[in-house]
Amino acid sequence: MRFYSYDPANFYDEMFEAGGRPRSHAQFLIDTIEGLSDGQLLRYQRSADRLLLQMGITFNVYGDSAGAERIFPFDLIPRIVPAAEWQRIEGGLRQRIHALNEFIDDIYHQQKILNDRVIPAEVIQSAASFRPQCRGLNPLRKIWCHIVGTDLVRDRDGQYYVLEDNLRVPSGVSYVLENREVLKRIFPRVFEGLAVCPVNEYPSRLLETLESIAPHYATTPRVVLLTPGMYNSAYFEHSFLAQQMGVQLVEGHDLTVTPDGVFMRTTKGVERVDVIYRRIDDDFLDPEAFRPDSLLGVPGLMAAYQAGRVSLANAPGNGVADDKVVYAYVPEMIRYYEGEEPILPNVPTYLCWRPADRQHVLANLDKLVVKSANESGGYGMLVGPYSTGEQRAEFAAKIEANPRNFIAQPTLALSRVPTIIDDHFEGRHVDLRPYVLYGKEIYVLPGGLTRVALRKGSLVVNSSQGGGSKDTWVLA
Amino acid sequence: MNPPRPLLSRVADSLYWMARYIERAENVARFIGVNLHLMLDLPSDEKQWQPIVATTGDAHVFRERYGAATQDSVIEFLARDASNPNSVYSCIRAAREDARSVREIISSEMWEQVNALYLQVRDAQGLAPDALPSYFYEVRMACDQFQGVTDSTMTHNEAWHFIGLGRTLERADKTTRLLDVKYFILLPSVSDVGTPYDEVQWAAVLKSVSGFEMYRKSHGHIAPARVVEFLLFDNEFPRAVRYSVGRADRFLHSITGTPAGTFSCPSEQSLGRLKSELDFGRVEDTVAAGLHEFLDGLQVKMNTIDECILRDFFVPWTAAAGAVI
Repeated sequence: MRFYSYDPANFYDEMFEAGGRPRSHAQFLIDTIEGLSDGQLLRYQRSADRLLLQMGITFNVYGDSAGAERIFPFDLIPRIVPAAEWQRIEGGLRQRIHALNEFIDDIYHQQKILNDRVIPAEVIQSAASFRPQCRGLNPLRKIWCHIVGTDLVRDRDGQYYVLEDNLRVPSGVSYVLENREVLKRIFPRVFEGLAVCPVNEYPSRLLETLESIAPHYATTPRVVLLTPGMYNSAYFEHSFLAQQMGVQLVEGHDLTVTPDGVFMRTTKGVERVDVIYRRIDDDFLDPEAFRPDSLLGVPGLMAAYQAGRVSLANAPGNGVADDKVVYAYVPEMIRYYEGEEPILPNVPTYLCWRPADRQHVLANLDKLVVKSANESGGYGMLVGPYSTGEQRAEFAAKIEANPRNFIAQPTLALSRVPTIIDDHFEGRHVDLRPYVLYGKEIYVLPGGLTRVALRKGSLVVNSSQGGGSKDTWVLA
Repeated sequence: MNPPRPLLSRVADSLYWMARYIERAENVARFIGVNLHLMLDLPSDEKQWQPIVATTGDAHVFRERYGAATQDSVIEFLARDASNPNSVYSCIRAAREDARSVREIISSEMWEQVNALYLQVRDAQGLAPDALPSYFYEVRMACDQFQGVTDSTMTHNEAWHFIGLGRTLERADKTTRLLDVKYFILLPSVSDVGTPYDEVQWAAVLKSVSGFEMYRKSHGHIAPARVVEFLLFDNEFPRAVRYSVGRADRFLHSITGTPAGTFSCPSEQSLGRLKSELDFGRVEDTVAAGLHEFLDGLQVKMNTIDECILRDFFVPWTAAAGAVI
């Protein structure tokens, strides 16, 4: 397969310049691919698909009972991030995570940022993800978001923007590791001549991060990963990370809470647990503290956490900074807490609870992307230019009924990467989710999950909505 | 050195059942494969499929749903029927679900093997009659491979011992059932010793537990009493009931750490008793007292052992939690 008929069109292409000339960092890759014999790349692609199925690297789709497991389609053509670009991204992420963490700690203590009127108090009061139960809590080292996956996108001019901060239970890092593994197994030659940063130290870094937040009494802390169970959409990842870190994967009913702390039920009695990497949302974590109908959680867990008997990552309540209305104020937070200008800008955001913004949004629904403040996974979203009149009317009514719950952003012309479609290359839109760990220090994994919208013209990259992924190469 | 890593009760339960299901699938696939082969040697009015259903213990369900036992209906029921929890397909699906829930405990090789096996049986719809023998052979080999991979890629720790326990108990159970069904058909009366018997049929019984060649090496001629002795009391053949129970006993003692010959929990006590009974049994006495009654007794004892294991290791320690802390 050759690139000569490939058309970057009127988008920022990660591999080609506007005139169709290869970007210098992509030349090696293009040469390798074009050096393959006819049909070889397609054979590699098929091997990769088969391998993913064999390895059982699948995700579950909710509301789809027959054949509920699917592979997350993996496209062989990697996305390359040159070293200088990455340095800026990394700096921007460090700055942002630090500020977000300061903000969460402030919100659950003195609320200086509200008292100084940098952020309107009603934004926080009306945030569904604000947890009054967390007021006054002091997580170890005052860290609330230990594991973060920030979504970045590029617009037509190549500028990177932060699209959202996933602070609660970000997922996808297992695909970063497995995609690299699969590409190395199937097509090792493609790495020749390039210095691609390895990603495989993530599990050790994650374990270090988790151990660093253990209660002080735990000299050899026992870390576990708490999963909602094998029917959760991210179960593969939970199991994979537990395996890679060598820690126990537990479900809610494996744990029991006593006045002394949290214990797991084993064949030889009960064993203390010191740190829980929980992949269950706040709402379902503890039926005594949050939703009483939760069957997934551990009764009494929050009480043990509040008493300092166990550490949780991420800290409950941190979703307050993940609210899409609060997101709009992150640049202000960075200026307020860090005294710096944000390195990575936000996507301009209209807040529907502000009358002027709302008017603008309602008048321009066909041009904007509307998102509800508390949903993720591409659900509860309207992509204006690709919507029908009926869908727009539905969203207009929803916005009028509950303006606090909606934000809108211009429809960005997301950057594209050549992608194997049938037997040739076509440009497909991508985003980028790098992963950040915050324990003793901030660590940014040199790589990330590049999600690709496989449907022609689509801007929605979520796995539940026809998205796939690519390996992401950060060059050293 | 770090202390041994504790094993979650839920995980032990899944490992035990994963192993039982794989072993069950392998046995059912072997029973069908051997029967397909045997039927070719018999005149058409003597083709028997009903006994195979009986060995799985589901004859009643089968009769209700399918009626007459023909090759097609039995293979459908035992190999592919998703609503029969003991069909090859259901067992492999269940084993894979169990494996998926303990994927971080077992080795990647084990997971990939059971996953590939699952994909193989899931996609094997509408097999042509000529493809059946090789299909059941492949399923058997894939199950054997899973056990080989388990032994060579997973640390032989407590989790592995639970896998071994599940496998050997299932094996003992299946050999017992096979013997019960076949003996009843082939030699209804214990006084029939010396009357003509069907060597082809007895050879098939041995082949059903992959024991034909091994029997020949140790006993030579086929004689019903010797076949029964081989399958019940042999202490070297891996599918003999005594051998399997002895292995299960060792796995259990590795789990608890209790010295052999003693017991610290009901599981060990009931398994130890069964082991002694087999260690000190003699085929002549057994046949004289009634083989069917003996085999029935074995079944009851194995069910008791299974229940004890459930209570001793798998049920969440809700009541005990307060006491232990």
